[in-house]
Amino acid sequence: MAEPQADTDGVTETETASAAARAVPAPAGSVRTGAGPATRNGPARRDPWDVPPEGLLTRLGWGVRAYCFIAAMWIRSTMAYRTSFVMMAAGSFVSSVLDFVAIMIMFSHVDSLAGFSLHEVALLYGMSATSLGLADLLLGSFDRVGTRVRDGTMDTMLVRPVPALAQVAADRFALRRLGRIGQALLVLGWALAGLRLEGGVWALPLLAVTVLGGTAIFGSVFVLGGAFQFIAQDAAEVQNSFTYGGATLLEYPPTVFAKDVVRGVTFMIPLAFVNWLPALRLLGRDDPLGLPGWADFAGPAVAAGCCALAGLAWRAGLRAYRSTGS
Amino acid sequence: MRLRGVYFAVAAGSFRRYATYRIATAAGVFTNTVFGIILAYTFTALWSERPHLGGYDQSQALTFVWTGQAILAAAALIGGGFQEELQERIRTGDVAVDLYRPVDLQMWWLSADLGRAAFHLLGRGIAPVVVGSFLFELALPVSPLAWLAFLVSVTLGVVTGFALRYLFALSAFWLLDGAGLNMLSTLLSMFFSGMLLPLTVFPGAFGEVVRALPWAATMQVPADVLLGQYEGARLSEAYTFQAVWAVVLMAAGRALQSLATRKVVVQGG
Repeated sequence: MAEPQADTDGVTETETASAAARAVPAPAGSVRTGAGPATRNGPARRDPWDVPPEGLLTRLGWGVRAYCFIAAMWIRSTMAYRTSFVMMAAGSFVSSVLDFVAIMIMFSHVDSLAGFSLHEVALLYGMSATSLGLADLLLGSFDRVGTRVRDGTMDTMLVRPVPALAQVAADRFALRRLGRIGQALLVLGWALAGLRLEGGVWALPLLAVTVLGGTAIFGSVFVLGGAFQFIAQDAAEVQNSFTYGGATLLEYPPTVFAKDVVRGVTFMIPLAFVNWLPALRLLGRDDPLGLPGWADFAGPAVAAGCCALAGLAWRAGLRAYRSTGS
Repeated sequence: MRLRGVYFAVAAGSFRRYATYRIATAAGVFTNTVFGIILAYTFTALWSERPHLGGYDQSQALTFVWTGQAILAAAALIGGGFQEELQERIRTGDVAVDLYRPVDLQMWWLSADLGRAAFHLLGRGIAPVVVGSFLFELALPVSPLAWLAFLVSVTLGVVTGFALRYLFALSAFWLLDGAGLNMLSTLLSMFFSGMLLPLTVFPGAFGEVVRALPWAATMQVPADVLLGQYEGARLSEAYTFQAVWAVVLMAAGRALQSLATRKVVVQGG
């Protein structure tokens, strides 16, 4: 909950622009000096940036590569202010710790919350926080789309020969968010040590797949939020309701909330697949909506659907984009 | 006399500046409402297991949640406001221009922050509470005097919050990149203001200490004033607690400011 507004980095836009220009090689067809290595040294290594990629898979690989380049650039840039980085990584860890301390204080007064023990809540917490932490690490800068549209720096991204999605995703890549993931994994480990999960040998694989699926679902919400900012530039905070708000909701058992709220996060925004449904099965409990058993395993399919939807929304947002023109 | 006019103009300008971003305000109201609903359900679960926990009954606990959401933006509990702006000016060296102005640096930013807080209290504070009172049974006071007492307490809380954040903001004179300390500031204010859980619920000696820290003045005390936890003469105790912290921290801010402007070379050419 503390993260959203605290997300300011001390690196300026000008540094971003120039550093990003260095990180991404010149586009195909741009002016090059010299005759090029291929003619001088015979058939040399083909420059992967020279040919516009074709085919979905090639484009995807290309986007991922560009993402890694930009992320690496941001890591180098963060390391210029090393004290700040260490403090922020530690801060990210401690603020998540305090988040869980609040839950522990609650449990110092009660033995169970809406029928769930501290270890069971810790399992929900660990799963939800790990998923959000991973999504935030990988795609945490989509709340800056609105700012970029407003000040015109979105144009810079569109003229570079790299998918805008990859650029926005890697923008201000913040390694310090590992702090939050570390805390979430610790809570998850502590929960697993104190619980006997149902499902035998399949329990841990289901847990791992669910956490990754949850990452994809939260990631889709980030991308959807980014796409929405093409229309409403100042509305970046709305997505916090679904990401940070959603993660907070999922930290508590579904029995805490009214049925309509549970229905909403199952059928409208499918956050229930991030942890609730699989976790309830692992804990051997019935889900309050009485969904069929296969729904507990539907996480990856739901996540794939969310990603597809988010991708379409992003394309629509990008098409609707009008430059500030200045 | 004329100087006071300047500070008033700065505050009014800051109010108007934040009022410009209507969609951002609406987005903020939406987010505060969603968080309010989530917290309200968890508090309902907790208080139905342990009624009268922390001296609140269930409707008072729910009122605490929504008061928190109303104060959240005004008291800048999750950061924002002037902090990053001042730090950016320190980093780029623009602060030299600010120091040349015939106004006091701390008062200038305090006026700006009060203007912002006034807008955030109106623009982002009222709507979530209205929604909350439709969805949940709240224990809001009817007497206008209670609301007036609350407003005074919120104002003192905002000044205390400002004084705290001013100290963190000035750290940029030494660190240049204040992002790390800002994060520390945010996590301290989230936890120790009572935003996550009322400080009255914190156990034992830890609870005693936490309730005496300055962060308690930013949210816990105003919420308690609204809930009528401070009756009669005890109200002045609450105000004194807030005012003492505000004065002490403002004085510390001045000391740090004079140290910074004397010892540190301003960045930039």
